[in-house]
Amino acid sequence: MPEQLLYAMEVSLNGLMAGIMYALVALGFVLIFKASGIFNYAQGVLALFAALTLVGLQQGQVPFAHVINAIFGTDLHHFGWQLPGLVAIALTALVMVGLAILIERLILKHLVNQAPIILFMATIGLAYFLEGLGDVMWGADIKKLDVGLPQGISEMIDTFTFNLFGYGFFIDRLDIVAAVVATALVAALTAFSQYTKYGRALRAVADDHQAALSVGISLRFVWVLVWSIAGFVALVAGIMWGSKSGVQFSLSLIALKALPVLMLGGFTSIPGAIVGGLIIGMGEKLFEFFAGPMIGGATENWFAYVLALVFLVFRPQGLFGERIIERV
Amino acid sequence: MKKTFTMLAVAALTAAAAAPAMADLVVPNLSYRTGPFAAGGIPYADGFNDYFTLLNERDGGIGGEKVQVPECETAYNTEKGVECYEATKGTGALVYNPLSTGITYQLIPKVSADGIPLYTPGYGRTSAANGKVFEWVFNYPANYWDGASVAVKHLLEMNGGDLNGKKVALLYHNSAYGKEPIRTLQELAKKHGFTLAELPIDSPGQEQKSQWLQVRRDKPDYVLFWGWGVMNSVAIQEAANIRFPMENFIGIWWSGSENDVMPAGDGANGYKSLTMHGVGMDYPVYADLKKYVYDAGKASGAGDQEGSVIYSRGMYAAMVIAEAIRKAQEIHGTAAVNAKQVRDGFEQLEITEARMAELGLPNFGQPFAASCADHGGPGAAMIQQWDAAAKKWNLVTPFIAPDDEVLVPLVMEDSAAFAAENKITERCN
Repeated sequence: MPEQLLYAMEVSLNGLMAGIMYALVALGFVLIFKASGIFNYAQGVLALFAALTLVGLQQGQVPFAHVINAIFGTDLHHFGWQLPGLVAIALTALVMVGLAILIERLILKHLVNQAPIILFMATIGLAYFLEGLGDVMWGADIKKLDVGLPQGISEMIDTFTFNLFGYGFFIDRLDIVAAVVATALVAALTAFSQYTKYGRALRAVADDHQAALSVGISLRFVWVLVWSIAGFVALVAGIMWGSKSGVQFSLSLIALKALPVLMLGGFTSIPGAIVGGLIIGMGEKLFEFFAGPMIGGATENWFAYVLALVFLVFRPQGLFGERIIERV
Repeated sequence: MKKTFTMLAVAALTAAAAAPAMADLVVPNLSYRTGPFAAGGIPYADGFNDYFTLLNERDGGIGGEKVQVPECETAYNTEKGVECYEATKGTGALVYNPLSTGITYQLIPKVSADGIPLYTPGYGRTSAANGKVFEWVFNYPANYWDGASVAVKHLLEMNGGDLNGKKVALLYHNSAYGKEPIRTLQELAKKHGFTLAELPIDSPGQEQKSQWLQVRRDKPDYVLFWGWGVMNSVAIQEAANIRFPMENFIGIWWSGSENDVMPAGDGANGYKSLTMHGVGMDYPVYADLKKYVYDAGKASGAGDQEGSVIYSRGMYAAMVIAEAIRKAQEIHGTAAVNAKQVRDGFEQLEITEARMAELGLPNFGQPFAASCADHGGPGAAMIQQWDAAAKKWNLVTPFIAPDDEVLVPLVMEDSAAFAAENKITERCN
């Protein structure tokens, strides 16, 4: 097989894997938009906040240590414990539920029936607040996230492809884990929304707020529920991305990678987020592989948006989005 | 009316209290404690502030004048950096050190017009080393082109002086900063016969899979790296993932802090980077910092950055600025120097090893002597290597001098183009 074709196959596979990582972030946007019509600008920051909290809890870091030390003249830094990864993840998930309750109580409750743009702006405020809060709580240094996920080349795939093609493909084991987790997450979310009482309530609110209210569904409860789930999805995305790069401020910028995925897959479809992620991931990597060397490289950031725009022109609601039909 | 007058008087008094006293020496700190590059900005700002706090607390300032270091947050954003400059230049600012090549490029024409020195150690516009053209800009002790040359000299040492036929990849931040060494490396590639592949990474650099797949396919013998912020830790992790030999992966001094290597754990072991100063806390100045700053509760920020690579660099920059101010005081016979006089101090500054030892930093940086024409210094740098088990950087070479035979003509060419473009007549002739 020609070398270039083998390389293109390797790049495509890695693109699909990167796409799944993008989709993990996009899922959080979709969940909240689907249930409440809010484009949650703070989704990337939620991932950062979740990852910071996870590392802080796992390493026994004292939250707000800098502030406490400055006020009381103490020298607090750590509690002296080291929690197992799973325990820390469970505790962080609880923190994210608490955060969802606070967001509903302090922000969303007061904005019922406001225009979507007002809610969108509220999430911008929330994003900047959480960013600052995360810094003050846990510090701005880069933190190593280690919950036991494997990283580095998959020997099995390397050997298998080498025996098959005479060239071993590189696939990061972390990306494989992310693919498995994303699949499980989508299956769980789909099952939850189809087969549980709360899932049906969530879908009812997504379809029609007024009708859902009239049959006794609590809008406030559904909002807490959906922000909790989005917080959990943000935690998963934060773990995967944080394991790659360490936990630091830039983690919040992964939201930029999710936007073209949403434009392509549609803002209201969970499978759309996955398929959109796969198309964007593979498309940008293949474009960089073929066209990058000719036009100076570093094409991925903008090409993802070009690809999404092309899809938008032909299908404005995205691949899986609900078609907007308004009749006079 | 009386109430309004009282309020105005209170407001005026408050403003007077907030502004630096007229006799104070004002050195604004254009820092970034927020944003994607905060992990580098915080230790630098802390080291910078702590050194001036030490001078104020231990010596009563410089020449008896207290130093004020008002901070302005740029978030490593060029527009915000320019806003910070405009907001602080009227406070009697004596010198700027924005820790951003992008901001530096924007400030060069401004400081030249306003008559305020710009000090950019190890970053900024490389050809500003030519004082004949760049009257107000100083970038000693080393610049990016020096860094590129020192890295190549280290590769030459590793290969018995012969790089013929070797493949070198430059992985760089796709910005003014990352592009700075390209021209030099192209010239050095011609001179030494190695091939150079240029691989840009868009900021912030969270996703670099394409570039590292290319490295894996092309198998360069060495990777040189011009990264900053999250780009550094991701690149080191990706290099470990593809099992690139870490001793052949060499970053510029902005890609060689603890923050960059810690997230990759053991995978980062053996990674190398350049450094223009010593590392660690085995310097006498730290005893004074502990006594007068840390233990006195006057440390900048969270007070948890001392001794780190970037903290040391911020402290080094502050030390050079303080020495330039001292020199200016000596030249002009007054303690309350202005920006123009401080420029003279920068231009006539000589840092000897004896002076460094006196300041509590023996063998920390290279001695240098600036002049009207030379604003760039000797440009030497050392190579440090990360020991993941001990979690510390070890210096593995002494200071290596850059290849001036290649660099000087490049500096002259670039600065001449700037002079022609801006109708600047060369000085110092």
